[in-house]
Amino acid sequence: MTLPALVVFTAFGLIPLLGVVLLSFTTWNGIGAIEPSGLDSWSVVLADPGLPHALWVTFLVMALSWLFQTPVSILIGTFLAGQHRYRAVLAVLYFVPLLLSSAAISITYKALLDPNFGLGAGLGVPLLRQDWLGQPGLALGVVVFVVSWQFIPFHSLIYQGGVRQIPQSMYEAAELDGAGTVRRFFSITLPQLKYTIITSSTLMVVGSLTYFDLIFVLTAGGPGDATRVLALDMYKRGFQANLMGPASAIAVILVLVGLGLALLMRRLGGKDTDSQLEGM
Amino acid sequence: MLRILSFRRTVTDTENFRWRPGHVGLGRLPDHAGNHRPKTFRSPREAAASSTEISVDPMTTSRRNFLRFALAAPLAGSALAACGTAGPSTAGGGAAGGGAPSIWIISGQPGEGIRSNTVKRFNEANPDIKFDTATFQNDAYKTRIRTAVGANQAPTLIWGWGGGTLRSYVEAGQVDDLTSWLDQNAGVKDRLLPSAFAAGTVDGKVYGMPCETVQPIVLYYNKRVFERVGAQPPQTWGDVMDLVPRFNAQGIAPFSLGGQSRWTNMMWLEFLFDRIGGSEVFQAVADGEADAWSNPLAIQALTMTQDLVKANGFINGFSSITADSNADQALLYTDKAAMMLHGSWTYGSMSSEGGDFVSGGHLGYMNFPPVDGGKGDPSDTVGNPAQYLSISSKATDQQKEAAKKYLATAVLSDAEVQEWIDAGAVPIVKGAEAKLAGSKDADFLNFIYGVASTTKTFAQSWDQALSPTAAEKLLDNIAQLFQLSISPQQFATNMNQVIGQ
Repeated sequence: MTLPALVVFTAFGLIPLLGVVLLSFTTWNGIGAIEPSGLDSWSVVLADPGLPHALWVTFLVMALSWLFQTPVSILIGTFLAGQHRYRAVLAVLYFVPLLLSSAAISITYKALLDPNFGLGAGLGVPLLRQDWLGQPGLALGVVVFVVSWQFIPFHSLIYQGGVRQIPQSMYEAAELDGAGTVRRFFSITLPQLKYTIITSSTLMVVGSLTYFDLIFVLTAGGPGDATRVLALDMYKRGFQANLMGPASAIAVILVLVGLGLALLMRRLGGKDTDSQLEGM
Repeated sequence: MLRILSFRRTVTDTENFRWRPGHVGLGRLPDHAGNHRPKTFRSPREAAASSTEISVDPMTTSRRNFLRFALAAPLAGSALAACGTAGPSTAGGGAAGGGAPSIWIISGQPGEGIRSNTVKRFNEANPDIKFDTATFQNDAYKTRIRTAVGANQAPTLIWGWGGGTLRSYVEAGQVDDLTSWLDQNAGVKDRLLPSAFAAGTVDGKVYGMPCETVQPIVLYYNKRVFERVGAQPPQTWGDVMDLVPRFNAQGIAPFSLGGQSRWTNMMWLEFLFDRIGGSEVFQAVADGEADAWSNPLAIQALTMTQDLVKANGFINGFSSITADSNADQALLYTDKAAMMLHGSWTYGSMSSEGGDFVSGGHLGYMNFPPVDGGKGDPSDTVGNPAQYLSISSKATDQQKEAAKKYLATAVLSDAEVQEWIDAGAVPIVKGAEAKLAGSKDADFLNFIYGVASTTKTFAQSWDQALSPTAAEKLLDNIAQLFQLSISPQQFATNMNQVIGQ
């Protein structure tokens, strides 16, 4: 049964990965001959001050978008888990961003945030007429916001499922003990969502390594290099500077960082695999 | 909001016209052709939202190619995802024997229409040959064509900007030498401006046949706002700096700039370097002279650029505006900005998008003004001498024959020449000036023709002249220079590191 999955994973996951590892030890401009060059690409990449900067920006985007997305997603997810009909209607609205492609979202936000033709100028609201994508700090904030806007619906969906799994009897017991809504949320919902939080956080953290399309269209890494994340750095080296060797080295670093983070998140979940469900 | 929608809709208009410059002296020619030819390939041009084109690749994938493609796949994957282009798929005649000849077209009107009309006319005139076409957005095309050439899957006719990109194809043996064919078919060669051949020539051999139009960079200005402020167009750099506070006081940005695209900022440096120090300052960089960026004249030009930024010479938020969206042009024709330094290709989109801005005579244009005490020749310009068509060396003989027939009979036929002129561009055929007079854009076309034919040096765009490594570093540092996050000296130090690379 696992054979088809294994074949697909090998063909589109492992083999290309191996190709990139090999390419990182070569010099190639994308069309000429591929020439082995030992550790040249690696020494170029590791000596470049652009690498720690890109790592830092990647980390910032990861951390900030996690901090923003997680609480909001949990709250929306918990809210949507309720059985009222109006919540179902709202749920449909909340999930709209999931239907849009990153490029479409970026182009839309770029137009809305344009200081000269955008929302601020159109409505005449000076507060909105910031140079949103032209100031390094603001641009990073906008990237985090747009990333979150795009992915909160997805994570809300995960949390909604998680909350619905929590046995109703727990809430009933708490209610008998006189616990209010807030107390029930912190004492039952949140602890019971532990594994859901780990799942969702892993997706967020590892996924944030690959935010390329959105940032590429929104800021292209700018202003200057303020929003140049690792994936974008890889693209620019590979396809704009035609340095496939160093670009592959960065790709390998991306893979390693991603693997490391995924393992770390699993560790954070703790070794105890005991069920959270009552009496089981 | 309507404003936004309307310029988004025309995203590809400039795309279409953003040709790659090559280094040519239109005035003093062919001897110049092989002189300085920096060794490398294509220039990076900052990215557009190259999102939605779906392409049809008429090639089939052989196993060997597939393996080669697989190697590149993880990296290419991200690029292709960005471009939204699918991998090789068979459609429209990728049949046995290599199939029909093919040509890829850059999207965006009016160029897209003119290019497909040319193909259509050729297919109708030659019932036995049918060129397949596929259409790509400008920036998507650059990545796609490079990947395709690298994977031996290029279309029969490879369209490009000549210069460094073409050189890299030649070095990889991917394009055919057209020199002897052009010598045998002198009629084809003699119709075209000799100056156009330089950027299609590598080491004395012609690999790219010039096609389409000549496009220098022009200083545009909005006559409406100049009248409102009571100002005259700048005659010198001093005038430029004097105009800045006058326009700012009226709440009008002195210059529009699509700074996120980076090469837009580069045009400023190209002209200031030339006007202050003459064309030799950058030539030294291109020739690989050590510490050439530290030339005091270069530092002066960089400092003056930052002075203009510090004086708020550019529109608020310029570093987040992309040229690909035409927003920089919109700023000019909506009276939000007074002036704009941009390629002659923007004339067409400003006349189609700017209401009566162009037709009502509100658009002014001039060559970049001289700098007081500068060494450069005020007639010097920067831009694109032509675009180029090369024949893929991987095509079948049958396809190559068809391609040659296409080059001989379809490229810049009388009908195509007329279409370019109607679109506000100057085609690179001899005697074109006689036809310009009848155009509704005759003044502009004559101006462009004049600039192109009287310039002392028609300089090559820097990102094209340098190696891709150096070019990417250059664009990076230019963006930071305009952000004021590095000083001119730091810029020079950073750039000196990649001289000769």
